[in-house]
Amino acid sequence: MIIRKELIIRRQQKKDAAPYWESFSFETEEVGATVATALTELVREHSIGWECSCLQKKCGACAMVINGVSRLACDTKLVDCKTDAIRLEPLKKFPVVRDLIVDRSAMMERLKELSVWLETDGGSSEKLVERKSEDVGEGKAGRLRLRKESESADEIAYEASKCLQCGLCLEICPNFAVGAAFSGMAAMSPMTRLIVSAPKEQRKQLARDYEKSVYAGCGKSLACREVCPAGINIDRLMSRSNAAAIWGRWN
Amino acid sequence: MSDSGNAPATNIIGAGLTGLSAALTLAGQGRKSRLISVQSSERAQSNLAEGGINAALNVSGEMDSVEEHFADTMRAGCYLADPIMVRQLTKAAPQIVQKLQRLGVPFAKEDGRILQRYFGGQKKKRTAFVKSSTGKALMAAMIDAVRQYEVAGLVERYSHHCFERLFIHEDRCLGAQCRDAYTEERKAFPGPVIVAAGGMNGMFFGHTTGTTANTGSVTANLFEQGVVLSNLEFIQYHPTTVSIPGKRLLISEAARGEGGRLMIMRDGRPCYFMEEKYGPDGNRMPRDVISREMALLSEDVFLDLRGLSQAIWERRLPDLRDEIQHYLGMDPAKEPVPVAPGIHYCMGGIRVDEGHRTNRSFLYAAGECACAYHGANRLGGNSLLGAIFGGRCAAESVMKDLAGASKGNGNARRIEASNSNENAGKTRFAQASDDENGMEFLNGAEEIMSLQIAAYSSLSCDEQSIEKKMEEALFSGLSILRNEERLTQAHQTILQLYNRKETLSDELRARLHLAEAMLLSALERKESRGAHTRMDYPETKDAFRAQTCAKWEAGRVGITFEKRAL
Repeated sequence: MIIRKELIIRRQQKKDAAPYWESFSFETEEVGATVATALTELVREHSIGWECSCLQKKCGACAMVINGVSRLACDTKLVDCKTDAIRLEPLKKFPVVRDLIVDRSAMMERLKELSVWLETDGGSSEKLVERKSEDVGEGKAGRLRLRKESESADEIAYEASKCLQCGLCLEICPNFAVGAAFSGMAAMSPMTRLIVSAPKEQRKQLARDYEKSVYAGCGKSLACREVCPAGINIDRLMSRSNAAAIWGRWN
Repeated sequence: MSDSGNAPATNIIGAGLTGLSAALTLAGQGRKSRLISVQSSERAQSNLAEGGINAALNVSGEMDSVEEHFADTMRAGCYLADPIMVRQLTKAAPQIVQKLQRLGVPFAKEDGRILQRYFGGQKKKRTAFVKSSTGKALMAAMIDAVRQYEVAGLVERYSHHCFERLFIHEDRCLGAQCRDAYTEERKAFPGPVIVAAGGMNGMFFGHTTGTTANTGSVTANLFEQGVVLSNLEFIQYHPTTVSIPGKRLLISEAARGEGGRLMIMRDGRPCYFMEEKYGPDGNRMPRDVISREMALLSEDVFLDLRGLSQAIWERRLPDLRDEIQHYLGMDPAKEPVPVAPGIHYCMGGIRVDEGHRTNRSFLYAAGECACAYHGANRLGGNSLLGAIFGGRCAAESVMKDLAGASKGNGNARRIEASNSNENAGKTRFAQASDDENGMEFLNGAEEIMSLQIAAYSSLSCDEQSIEKKMEEALFSGLSILRNEERLTQAHQTILQLYNRKETLSDELRARLHLAEAMLLSALERKESRGAHTRMDYPETKDAFRAQTCAKWEAGRVGITFEKRAL
């Protein structure tokens, strides 16, 4: 079977240049070929700007808008695109650098503003556990409860660490705009990692930041749930973070 | 921290796990660094690492020890790795895993203790893991840890910046020339340089499990500038990969660590060929052994995961199952998965000493781009470890060397290839710096660099066909089973491409030189060892228990062998 597609790409030579549309035809016999496959081939002959790295939806580099939907190019099979013509546009919420490349640094800058890192005391991990055990009480029951909690915390931290910082959730979010207080799920995920591991001293500030930058601004449309290429269980992360940071149930 | 005020910032090329580790180490001592990378850390190849990280934590009741981790690493590497370096690495491993845990890495645990799994080439459970997404979990934690120092002003990120060339003056590295890929502006970054740019997977586009951003161009550019490379012929083929558009998809070794078996159909019945030949642990032989066995078979090979328990799938490998279902449209718990070897890792790279110093003073290399811990074949679980430890070591060497430079005792010890003659540079450096905190280094560097910023042409569109020919020639010559004829043929192809050099960009020309060095290294090693299987020289020879050194000199590639004290 030969797959034939027309790729209509929104081009823009540089930041302030006027955008225009250009069409390229592409055909392949590879059934699994994706938009990333097509772009890889096209750039062998045309100087089209796009970013790409892992080709297996584990890095988030190739995020763009494909036929009006925010997706990863490497996670969009050509055969699954119903139309013969596929429109490719850069993410609209970030400034265009060139063609399909946008500058997503605002997303990383926000994590700096929100102090997204774990305050560790430089002590051993055993110490960390000891400190937690004070919260849950002494004895065998306390230790058992602690173990269960730490295992569930690990599951949450794993889920949260899947975030690619690709920006697709921000693109589709009706509440997110670069520069506004609401930071979207691209901040919620890494913050949840902190919420389940942060030492007591860090919690107050963390809760304040979480409330201001995630909880207060989220309109619960949960469009992000549909587009996350890592398949993050956003409801699960958000429930856990809300419980801790908003309702004070840290354990 | 008192002595850090005037020291030059260290330039780290690459923001993967190695680069983050180096930046973190420097920042922990109050030292500044620039983290320079083509894309942000979230896009780095380190994120793709799956199965785990090795450390002799001895938590599985198997009496594991650092000594055994050392012995397994040396044996799997066929005794080509530097034992001093491997000893340092394996000794530091337990502490590194504990530190990662403190940074919030959610390692699998049982009764509150880290749980370890079996991995290839190791008899003890020694691999700590986060399901089958260990690299991603480590990166998330390390990116957070470095962020703290970004805010403190100790780490400055230069994402979307491409390394072009070093500034070198009399064998001394003065800094790096980089280009901002967003603005096309060229920048000179003075200061020591740590190369953490990843391996050379990109020399085999489409045949590897790595990222497309990992092109091998940094190593190629360094090679042209006289940096010595080692063991380029040792390329790891991972036994279990599958083809997806544009690349090979890795099926983690964890699948076999947790009980997966390699299988062929023979006379209509399943035959577990590795177990038949190597016994019950046959599926966990080192990667070079399994890939070679697979290359010698004529049948299609399957990875049989049907025997894995529900608990393993749910708790330890849910991500792997999802991935196989997504890309192959089959459930690995129910059907055997068709697999084939794919290029996964380069054991060779930039030649370094035990402090990760190269043959240029103030130039360091660590992570996959360096030839350090893995000898002729790397153990699964040692690459994440090598990345973190190597980055740390290189950073520590930078600090020592800057302190040494300020005292005027010039301790920038360098390794020498046997055909090099660089002692003059060493002496000169020892006498040159007499100021505090490497200030002399900085002043000299800025002055010289302003004169040296140079044009550099990247690979252009119309060169892509040449590049493709180069990649195919390399892939054909450096297949799992090699011989003189195929290697020579590949070398001839490279020479033909290279003879059109007047039209070539700087980047492609350097890559062709690197390709030539890889093929010549494989041609010169007339024995079989680890990942290098010469069908025409099947035996392992004592005379070749040495590292191949490739050096670009007077317009040609020179290959020598260097023995290390063993």
